[in-house]
Amino acid sequence: MQSPLGAPRAPWLTHAILIAGVILFAFPIWIVLVGSTHDAATIGRGEVPLLPGGHGWENYLTALGRGSSVLAGLGVGPMLVNSLVMALAVAIGKIVISFASAYAVVFFRFPGRMLAFWAIFITLMLPVEVRIFPTFKVVSDLGLVNTYAGLIVPLIASATATLLFRQFFLTIPDEFVEAAKMDGAGPLRFLWDVVLPLSRTNMAALFVILFVYGWNQYLWPLLVTTSAEVETVVIGMVKMIGGEANTEWNIVMATCVLSLLPPVAVVVLMQRWFVKGLTETEK
Amino acid sequence: MATLEVSGLRKAFGATRVLHGVDLTVADGEMIVIVGASGCGKSTLLRLVAGLETPTEGRILIDGRDVTGLEPSERDIAMVFQNYALYPHMSVAQNMGYGLRIRGLPRVEIARRVDEAAKLLGIEALLDRRPRQLSGGQRQRVAMGRAIVREPKLFLFDEPLSNLDAKLRVQMRAEIRRLQQRLGVTSLFVTHDQVEAMTLGDRLVVMHQGHAAQVATPMEVWAKPADTYVAGFIGSPAMNFLEATLAENGAAAALRAGPVLRFADGPRPGEAGMPLILGIRPEHVQPAAEGMPLAIELVEPLGSETVLHGSLADGEALVVKLAGPAPGGATLPVALPPAALHVFRQTDGARLDPG
Repeated sequence: MQSPLGAPRAPWLTHAILIAGVILFAFPIWIVLVGSTHDAATIGRGEVPLLPGGHGWENYLTALGRGSSVLAGLGVGPMLVNSLVMALAVAIGKIVISFASAYAVVFFRFPGRMLAFWAIFITLMLPVEVRIFPTFKVVSDLGLVNTYAGLIVPLIASATATLLFRQFFLTIPDEFVEAAKMDGAGPLRFLWDVVLPLSRTNMAALFVILFVYGWNQYLWPLLVTTSAEVETVVIGMVKMIGGEANTEWNIVMATCVLSLLPPVAVVVLMQRWFVKGLTETEK
Repeated sequence: MATLEVSGLRKAFGATRVLHGVDLTVADGEMIVIVGASGCGKSTLLRLVAGLETPTEGRILIDGRDVTGLEPSERDIAMVFQNYALYPHMSVAQNMGYGLRIRGLPRVEIARRVDEAAKLLGIEALLDRRPRQLSGGQRQRVAMGRAIVREPKLFLFDEPLSNLDAKLRVQMRAEIRRLQQRLGVTSLFVTHDQVEAMTLGDRLVVMHQGHAAQVATPMEVWAKPADTYVAGFIGSPAMNFLEATLAENGAAAALRAGPVLRFADGPRPGEAGMPLILGIRPEHVQPAAEGMPLAIELVEPLGSETVLHGSLADGEALVVKLAGPAPGGATLPVALPPAALHVFRQTDGARLDPG
């Protein structure tokens, strides 16, 4: 097949660059995978094995069972559950909130409409770190430290998703709104019967991005969780490598692999929708 | 089946006044075509009747009931949009039945009405398809079907044919007319196309700058245009306008180009020397041995007829439509038959009838 830029003059060069890219991205993951199948001593000696060892099964059982020795006998299992709850709640919460606010901004005329939109939009320019202390103050005053609510709610507000939905809603022709008015569909009916079905692919794409975003959160969970019950797997992992001397690298690596699985699963399972959502509109 | 009455309708968007008081009475079962150039307010008029805009002033009555303050869905009307506005994620049947579903009609009744309308429009085979799987003409039919199943008092058409290619447009035009006559539903049809207007309407509303310049049957609009705007808008090629003054106690007009023409239908009121505009349609200008010399500038052969563009002795442009091929020569002597003349006042462009 002819590429848009014509046939490359040196096909091997293209492949070399691509292979270099793949190695660059895949090599660390390979190291982790391999590392999680050796015993503690191998890695402890400072070796970096490139081929799988024979201790994989017991490493993973240990990680899921008692966890690393630093974690006082708590396994990775509950942490994975915490991460899953947080990532799901953040992704779904963000979609619901931004869908609703974008709907209000696009389809209704009310005083302060643009002000509301800009107020949301401007938060895009503030990185999380800038507002993390005031946010922590609010959450702790509300007594939400070490709760799921405290972990999740502050992350739900999303200017990016609101903006994305707004841009999509603006492409819905005015005639649809007018036809719905003639049909007697009220705002909620129109949202449910027309806008929601049309946004499905966009939502799926957003879900994938936001799930991974929620799963990878580090700074905020680090601040707001101090007890093991609500700790996420990312925090757990950091704790495991905290103590200099007795880091059980094989267990850390196994935890790493375990923590990779859910986001990978989401991406793989929703890939079709994801690509659809980013490339085509149902019109 | 219903009547429509619009009185003193005004609409302004902020400081921009779009409609300056429109009055219109539509009889039961009548098809009214609202025609005009873009920006004349024709779509605004339709949207006011639909309830998609609120009038600044004036009243709208459907079947004697004042609907000015009602929501579109409470007015018992159906609208066909220019781009059809079919919901892309619903099947044809769902699209057609959506309004009925919201009204809470029983499933069986919805299915019955959708089937009936589909049969009427010949789209039974398409009911399970999505709009994107349909051709332009099919979408148009579905949009009509969606209006029909509502069994409304009033059909509103907002330039529904302008997205179709020329051939399909002619076909759908005839189909809409047949359907409207068969169903007998009072209809408003907005278009900028004068052929659509002439062929579809029982009566036309010619809109110009927010006014209804003339409300009359198509033939009346063609034969007796109310002012120079209407005269120039309806008919193709457009009517010729020549400057003249009133002469012989109102019984004749003296053309700026020279000759004095006696009116065939009696004298016009007004003092001598009053500036006039004489209108004559290109097809009414006749070649005549003793006529005014017309210097031919452009010849457009159209097969069965020929359109000549030329200028008179005083430089005024004149278009002539002749049956058959063009006569040779650089000049053509032409005569303006008095019976075909339209007389307008120059000051405001209004038609001057004998009296």
